[in-house]
Amino acid sequence: MSPNNTAPVMGVTVPVSPGFAEAEKRPLLPDQPIVTIEPGKFWVALDLRGLWAYRELLYFLTWRDVKVRYKQTLLGATWAIIQPLFTMIIFTLLFGRLAGIKSDNIPYPIFAYAGLLPWTFLSNAITSSGNSLVGSANLVTKIYFPRLIIPSAAVAAGLVDFVLAFLVLIPLMFYYHVSLSAKLMLLPVLVLLITMLALAVGLLMSALNVKYRDVRYALPFLIQLWMFVSPIIYPSSMIGGKLKIFLTLNPLTGIIENFRASLLNAQLNWSSLAISAAITSALLLYSAYSFRKMEKHFADVV
Amino acid sequence: MKPIIRVQNLSKLYRIGGREAPYQTLRESLVQAVRSPLKSLRRNGSGADGTIWAVKDVTFDVQAGEVVGIIGRNGAGKSTLLKILSRITEPTTGRVELYGRVGSLLEVGTGFHPELTGRENIFLNGAILGMKRDEVLRKFDEIVAFAEVEKFIDTPVKRYSSGMFLRLAFAVAAHLEPEILVVDEVLAVGDASFQRKCLGKMSDVARQGRTVLFVSHNMGAIQGLCSRAIWLANGKIVGQGETNRVVAEYMDMIGQDFTVPGESDAGSLSIQKVFLKNEQGDTTTNFSFNRPLVIEIHYCARRRIEKPYFWISVSSKFGPLFAASMLLDDMRPDYIEGEGCVTCFFERLSLLPQVYNVSMGVRGNDGVSVLMKSTDVGVFQITSTPEDLGFRGELADTMAWDTSPFVIPYKWYLSGG
Repeated sequence: MSPNNTAPVMGVTVPVSPGFAEAEKRPLLPDQPIVTIEPGKFWVALDLRGLWAYRELLYFLTWRDVKVRYKQTLLGATWAIIQPLFTMIIFTLLFGRLAGIKSDNIPYPIFAYAGLLPWTFLSNAITSSGNSLVGSANLVTKIYFPRLIIPSAAVAAGLVDFVLAFLVLIPLMFYYHVSLSAKLMLLPVLVLLITMLALAVGLLMSALNVKYRDVRYALPFLIQLWMFVSPIIYPSSMIGGKLKIFLTLNPLTGIIENFRASLLNAQLNWSSLAISAAITSALLLYSAYSFRKMEKHFADVV
Repeated sequence: MKPIIRVQNLSKLYRIGGREAPYQTLRESLVQAVRSPLKSLRRNGSGADGTIWAVKDVTFDVQAGEVVGIIGRNGAGKSTLLKILSRITEPTTGRVELYGRVGSLLEVGTGFHPELTGRENIFLNGAILGMKRDEVLRKFDEIVAFAEVEKFIDTPVKRYSSGMFLRLAFAVAAHLEPEILVVDEVLAVGDASFQRKCLGKMSDVARQGRTVLFVSHNMGAIQGLCSRAIWLANGKIVGQGETNRVVAEYMDMIGQDFTVPGESDAGSLSIQKVFLKNEQGDTTTNFSFNRPLVIEIHYCARRRIEKPYFWISVSSKFGPLFAASMLLDDMRPDYIEGEGCVTCFFERLSLLPQVYNVSMGVRGNDGVSVLMKSTDVGVFQITSTPEDLGFRGELADTMAWDTSPFVIPYKWYLSGG
């Protein structure tokens, strides 16, 4: 055995350093900085390229929300169906039977369900995206990525529930002998529009919520109001006179009415659809820009 | 030569008004909007109250491949600087140019979801840190092996032990491959073996020629890893250059001024000064092998505190080393009230020439409630050379930095061939 007289205790491989700087590989630096950090200018860009670079994060956050949402629940994803289904049953009893609301010659249960389907998606998406930034405070203060992704993922996760709830519609349509028509082709456009609308409101609410926690309390209440001023329980044909204008300016009107019409083979209303599309697009653009403008303070105030 | 990071006149102003919560309610905002024209008149443009410059006029360059340590007391602006560099928060003035992709690790385990399995969390966390899916796939086995969680990879992480969780979280972050890596005090968590693993990985990263900015209170780790150090105090750079020199200056400085950053609870007890003294009673940061260390804690108790427990713990880059704790010895004062001093006398520092950190805390009579705790009350180093300790091996100078620092007298007995 040869004598060993070096270290008295176990060796550990933390090298003593100076000289690292002259390491083997030296990356070639680009001429222009990849990122320049400066205090914000008044006008901000949407940074769609940055958003695109992080598209996988959007996917994973959505996937996480979907995966985690019904963990440790007895009924699991059935909840996505229960909510609109039971609302429909209660609405049918209350408004269809008791109040006797005329539903444009469509059986009230399917009339209500076809309206509740996009509505449930919208209200859930807005609620969860509105609270998403505050709920992800630890991410916001510790890691950089385009902040738009957080509320967007919350909206996207709502789409999964929407698809599940949609499946209930199929037996209902059979039961009430609804005939299918070419109008169904419009459905994807309507789903896109309502997603845009959910995103528009969700982005704005989530950003405001960071600064003003009032949003958390105001939101459920505002959503409830919104439902009553939209043609979900009643058809828009029931509203006449001066109120009609307000109903038309509600971007949800055109979406819900046409969603119902395309599914149940009723009369499409192109003008209200055009108004909804225009208002929704403008709203989305506005809230995305406001979001970007407020974004830089998130980490400091959340 | 062109730097990979160029920081110019960077400043960050924080508003820290007396408000409890940093966020506002709508009503407060409205009230403020009404009042503010008056307020700005009244204030007469001084504007100094309720704001603090977390970072002030900081300018430096970092060359590609450099490993730079950032040191300073709590609240010196280190973390804010890293947050600006990682684009989490925006500077108030100034400019940063980054000529490479930045990956930052400001906290271990951010974005992990307890309900998801280890496997799922690796992908999720990878995406959060900016890794592509196929990049994660490629490194998946390596990450799992590094974290030593092969058997539990399909178990929800809420069932992991805290050690497993930390290893997995660090493993994902450690396999990021940005050109610039920004790391905040990650070594403050976990046990000694975890910290050693982190340090080993960090030095691998450094050797691959990547640029690293590294914040730590652990002077040993800074000296072991960094070729250059930047010393921040009150948001400003007060020293920078070759690591050993800057660390030595920093330690001299804090040796003279040991005001403890207040983490004291409820204001019932504050620690005013902590002095590290040698056997002659001189305050110093330099100690000799096998000589005594005296720690004086000057406190002020604003009310009568019955039978408090004081504890002192000394750690190095390898983690906690030894402690003196009234929780163990029960040598407690009957009560403390007003100003006073607790002195602890460590008989012999049988430690290798490295840098050591002192932390301390005080617990209430029940032994559970924390009256105050601070992880950063003092730093000292052993200045004896390995030769003074009787270590004359060829590699003794370098090994003394690299091995766990306790020295217990020993002898070898050789027999046979």
